[in-house]
Amino acid sequence: MGKVFRFHRDVDTDQIIASQYLLYPTIEEMKVHTFESLDPEFAAKVRPGDFVVAEENFGCGSSREQAPSVLKALGVQAVVAKSFARIFYRNAINIGLPVIVCKELYGAVSEGDEMSLDMSEGVAAVNGVQYTCTKLPPYMQGILDQGGLIASLNKEEV
Amino acid sequence: MGSTIIEKIIARNIGAECVKPGQIVTVNVDRVMIHDIFIPFVADKFEEMGFTKLWDADKVVLIYDHLVPASQLDDARHFRKGNEFAAKYGMKHVHRSDGICHQLMTEAGYVKPGNIVFGTDSHTTTYGCVGAFSSGIGYTEMASILGTGTMWVRVPETIKVHITGKLAANVTSKDIILTLIGDLGADGATYKALEFSGDTVENMTIASRMTMANMAIEAGAKCALFTPDEKTAEYCEMELTEAESSLVGDADAVYCKEIYYKAEDFVPVLACPSQVDNIKPVRALAGTEIDQVFIGSCTNGRLEDLMAAAEILKDKQVAPFVKLIVTPASRKVYREAVENGTMEILAKAGAMITHPGCGLCCGRTGGILTDGERVVATNNRNFLGRMGTSKVEIFLASPKTAAASAVAGKIVEG
Repeated sequence: MGKVFRFHRDVDTDQIIASQYLLYPTIEEMKVHTFESLDPEFAAKVRPGDFVVAEENFGCGSSREQAPSVLKALGVQAVVAKSFARIFYRNAINIGLPVIVCKELYGAVSEGDEMSLDMSEGVAAVNGVQYTCTKLPPYMQGILDQGGLIASLNKEEV
Repeated sequence: MGSTIIEKIIARNIGAECVKPGQIVTVNVDRVMIHDIFIPFVADKFEEMGFTKLWDADKVVLIYDHLVPASQLDDARHFRKGNEFAAKYGMKHVHRSDGICHQLMTEAGYVKPGNIVFGTDSHTTTYGCVGAFSSGIGYTEMASILGTGTMWVRVPETIKVHITGKLAANVTSKDIILTLIGDLGADGATYKALEFSGDTVENMTIASRMTMANMAIEAGAKCALFTPDEKTAEYCEMELTEAESSLVGDADAVYCKEIYYKAEDFVPVLACPSQVDNIKPVRALAGTEIDQVFIGSCTNGRLEDLMAAAEILKDKQVAPFVKLIVTPASRKVYREAVENGTMEILAKAGAMITHPGCGLCCGRTGGILTDGERVVATNNRNFLGRMGTSKVEIFLASPKTAAASAVAGKIVEG
C-alpha cells in the first residue's frame, strides 16, 4: 500500500525537476527538489511505496532522465497517469520506474488515499474499488521486470 | 497498400518490405548527438553497461551548447568530463563553441534525408526538416546506442498536415506550428509522427521547415517529416537518390488523422503563459507591456530569422525599458549576419548580441528574468520557470512579432 500524490495534466519535466538542479553531481542531491514549483513539501512528505497519480501527458517537455530518476530515488512505487509523454515513458522504463496508464483512476482518487497496484495484472485498488490499467507491451514489461535497460542488457550478454 | 514517410524510413532501415504502426522493431542508428548537460551521465552509464568501445566513433557527435560559455563552476566540470570521454574513445566530432546542437547537426552535414538519428535532447525532432527520422532519448538509452548502434522503436502512426496557399507578409512558419500545437493540444501527437505537405511547405526554406520540425515535440510528437526536395539537396550539398526523393507519403498510405489548412487563414499568434498549446492571436493581446524580447534558439535563431527582425528594426530603436537579446543559432549564422549587415542593424537598434548557445532559452544565462517580468521570445517553451523564476510570463512568438514588440515596448503584430 502507498499514499496517493495527485497532479494535474501536462506536468512537464521542468516541474518534476527544474533545470537549475540538473548539474548537481548525484540524483540524491537532486531529489529533494522534486516537484518544487508545484509542491515544495513533496520530497519531505513522500514515503517509499507511495504513488504519483496524474492526468494526461505526464512528463512532457525535455528529455532529462533525471525526471523519472528523482521519483525512483524518492521511492515512488509507480506513476499512474491518463497518458504519458513519450520520452519520459521510455526513460522511466529504462531506469526501472514503473509507469502505467489508467484512464479512470485520477478522477476516482483524492490526495492521500491509500492505494495498491499490481503492475503485471494491470490493476489498481483504492477505497475498495479496482481500476483496470493498460498493461505495458511485453517488450517494455520485460525491461522493467529486469530492473531497467542496464540490467536487461547485462542479462542479454550473459 | 502505401506507406507514410516514417514507415518508409524504418522499413528501409531494417530491410523490410513494409512496417505497420504499433510494430516494435530494432533499427540501426545512422548518427547520434549528445550535448554538454548529459555527457557526464552518458559516460557513466556507458561504462556501467560494460562497453569498452563506441560502435562507430564517426557516427557520434558531441556538442557543447547549453553551458557555453560556462557561467557556473560546475559547467566546466561537464566540459572536462566530455573531453575525457571523447579522448578515451576516439570521438572525432566534438564542437565546443560552434553553436546550438540542432542547428549544427544539419548545418554541418551530420544528418541526411532518410537517416535515423537520436539525440539526448527533446528538440532532436528538428532534423525532420531534411527528411530524417530523429527523436529525443534519455542518457541511459544513449549509452546503450553508443555500445550497440541499435535501438528499439515502436513504428508510430502518422498525422498528415496539408497546408496550401500563400502566407501573409507578417506570418511565418513559427505561426503555423504554434497554431497547429494549439489545435492538436500539448499531447495531441504523442507517440505519433507528423508529416507536412502542400505547396506552402514546398515553397518554404529549410530554415522555416526546421522551425516547424523543432517544435513538433511540443505537441508530443515522436518526429516530424518533410519530403526531401531540391532545397533539401542544396542545403545538404548532395544529389538526392531515387530512394531519398521517394520519401513522400503515398496516396493510399494510412493516416490516423489528416488536417487541412489554408495559408491565408494563418495570423500572427503567441503561445501564452505557461503552456505551449495556449495559443492566442497577437491582436488579442496587443498593447500588453513587456520587459524583454529574445530572438534566438534552435527554433528561430537562423539567418532568415535575424534578417526578418532586422527588416523591422532598421532605423528604429528598441523601447528604452525593453532589453532585446539576440542569440544567433550558430557561429556560421553569426558570421553571415555580420557579413550581410544584419548585425549592424540589430546593434544600432539597441540589441544585445550574444554568443551562439542555449543560454537564455534553457534559463541558465544571458538575460534570465525575475518575478512579474514579461518576455516575448522566439524559442520553443514557455513552461513555468523556464527563463527565470516561476512568476515570469513567457510569450512565444515569431521573430517578426518579437522585433515589432521590442520597438513598441508592448505586444504588437510584425
